[in-house]
Amino acid sequence: MESEIAQITQHTGGVIGNAWLMIAFPLLGAFILLVFNRLTDRWGHLLGVAMSLASFVVAVLAFFELIGLGEAERRRAVHLYEFIPNLDINMGLLIDPLSISFALLITGVGSLIHIYSIGYMAHDEHRRRFFAYLNLFVAAMLLLVLADNYVGLFIGWEGVGLASYLLIGFWQFKPSAAVAAKKAFVVNRVGDLGLLVGMFVIFTTYQTLSFAELKPIEVENGTTLAIGLLLLLGACGKSAQLPLQSWLLDAMEGPTPVSALIHAATMVTAGVYLVVRSGAYFFPEGSGAALAVAIVGAATLLAGAIIGCAKDDIKKGLAGSTMSQIGYMMLGAGLGPAGYAFAIGHLITHGFFKADLFLGAGSVMHGMNDEVNMRKYGGLRKYMPLTFWTFFIGYLAIIGFPLLSGYFTKDGIIETAIEHNQVLGWLAVLGAGITGFYMSRMVFMTFFGQKRWAEDAHPHESPTVMTVPLIVLSIGAIFLGGYLVLSNRLLLFLAPAVGRPEELPTFHFVSVPGITTLALVAVGAGYAWVRYAQAEVPVVQPRGSFVTTFARRDLYGDALNESLLMRPGQWLTRIAVFFDNRGVDGLVNGLAAGIGGSSGRLRRIQTGFARTYALSIFIGAALLTGALLLVGTI
Amino acid sequence: MTTHYLVLSGLLFAIGAMGVLIRRNAIVVFMCVELMLNACNLAFVTFSRQVGNLEGQIIAFFVMVVAAAEVVVGLAIIVTIFRTRRSASVDDANLLKY
Repeated sequence: MESEIAQITQHTGGVIGNAWLMIAFPLLGAFILLVFNRLTDRWGHLLGVAMSLASFVVAVLAFFELIGLGEAERRRAVHLYEFIPNLDINMGLLIDPLSISFALLITGVGSLIHIYSIGYMAHDEHRRRFFAYLNLFVAAMLLLVLADNYVGLFIGWEGVGLASYLLIGFWQFKPSAAVAAKKAFVVNRVGDLGLLVGMFVIFTTYQTLSFAELKPIEVENGTTLAIGLLLLLGACGKSAQLPLQSWLLDAMEGPTPVSALIHAATMVTAGVYLVVRSGAYFFPEGSGAALAVAIVGAATLLAGAIIGCAKDDIKKGLAGSTMSQIGYMMLGAGLGPAGYAFAIGHLITHGFFKADLFLGAGSVMHGMNDEVNMRKYGGLRKYMPLTFWTFFIGYLAIIGFPLLSGYFTKDGIIETAIEHNQVLGWLAVLGAGITGFYMSRMVFMTFFGQKRWAEDAHPHESPTVMTVPLIVLSIGAIFLGGYLVLSNRLLLFLAPAVGRPEELPTFHFVSVPGITTLALVAVGAGYAWVRYAQAEVPVVQPRGSFVTTFARRDLYGDALNESLLMRPGQWLTRIAVFFDNRGVDGLVNGLAAGIGGSSGRLRRIQTGFARTYALSIFIGAALLTGALLLVGTI
Repeated sequence: MTTHYLVLSGLLFAIGAMGVLIRRNAIVVFMCVELMLNACNLAFVTFSRQVGNLEGQIIAFFVMVVAAAEVVVGLAIIVTIFRTRRSASVDDANLLKY
């Protein structure tokens, strides 16, 4: 089997040997900002940015040290300390092509978003706290991808969940934000349960949770299938895949940089990372577990795209699109080593263009008094030229405009999918067409057409500190895809970590699926042009057909959760409350009332007349004497 | 031959007990208590003679001592109550109740 992955070898010294610094810097930043609190208000944001940049520098140095090694030696484990000696679990880092790709994405895009946030959060009095949480997130996410065992991964996994909760609910004075944060946390718990139980099964089966000690499998059996499905459940929770997708749309209540960093570029891709990282162990090519991953991906990419078509809130539209794009990655992750490379490639390019789009949306909101309703935008391209052009590049990249990033990575996934499974592949093509429609709708409603602004809106370009990250991200959105996919650069780089396909894919600029995709995208974009750029867009949301309502209500995902889980849960709690009130409390209160009542009557015996007491003494003495006489002791 | 003494002792005790239960005047109640004590003394002394040792007579002396002490305290209480309430009825001093 050619998809053998390289052995993991121990490493000491050098930048890789000190890779823990990558995690330590942002963690230190979060610590200082949270502990010294108000003292750091004036320069806290700068410290946050500096820590994130320092981490990025370490990641870049580690990357260069890694590519300096031979191809078979590029999986380096760094031992840190004994974590749970009784179970022989050690804490260590695994620096390999897969983890370093993620580390570069997280610290690179993360740093840009940190910089952007300086401007975006300038008027927020809690900006320092915001940067503390961002740093905490970066540290946890790096631990997630760098850990050399599932325990470390899980700690990072929960860490990002915590940071996500804190950041979604950053404006916790808004009830909607507080509820959204709670919802994200609870839904993620369901997925975490899957990951946790999966880890239990792994440990009982193999007595280890370390990536270095697990052996790649070629044929799946019942146990690995169960582990694979449990890990997939975990991935679904974190990556907002069906059926645990409902939290992502609400998560847009957080500040926009959070949506860009956590709920588009990095954290939500953790599920893809988990599947790819576990790929060789539990998702062998052609196995049932891998098929399940691909099916979940294909279903989500369509669901997300359909939701994206109906949203008027620009951020929720982008959230639907994020779901959809992660669906593509999951689809790729279910297709074996060739798919892994495209999935990770799409993940990286998506990290750039989706962060670009989100930050662009944030820039628009910044100029429009935090208005998110696209029906109140329109014709903004003249007022925010830089935002417009960077957003437009992100838009072209996501719909797969030829030669931009999304074109290469998404087409790669689609073609690999069609090779493996016709049905899923063509569903992905359909999804691409819908992407063309909803993204065009978003661009046209925001930047083209007539002005439909609120009366007090004075759109203006954002400050430089916000536009520079946009420009950097859009440059990535243009070139990165081609660089990674052409001549299989990313695939060959990742091969030691995830395996190499039996034959290397070649990128076809002209192919049936490719042309069909482009045609569908063009049709979608054209239809959007007719409906949202040429025709007048109503400022008030029209009622819409059954299908529109279906999409607006998130495919009734919330309604389903509510009727299947929430209502029965409420009934259960109501029954429990009733039992507690009437049953347990009734018993306790009844007992107390009984004692109280009877003692209230008994105390009447205490009349205060000395002669009554004397009588009772005499009667008692008489009874006692009588009893003694009866027993016969006298 | 001691039966008469014991019957007398029982009668005196019963009269004393009855007095404690039905009389209201604190002084009379008090005297009835003394009567009961002395009925007991009589019984003690009688048994002492019947059994032929001195223990009963010794206890009778103890009872007298205790009774004397009790008279001192009891009368003092009764006088104090009378001074504050202008009444020597045991039923009037009934504040200590539910």
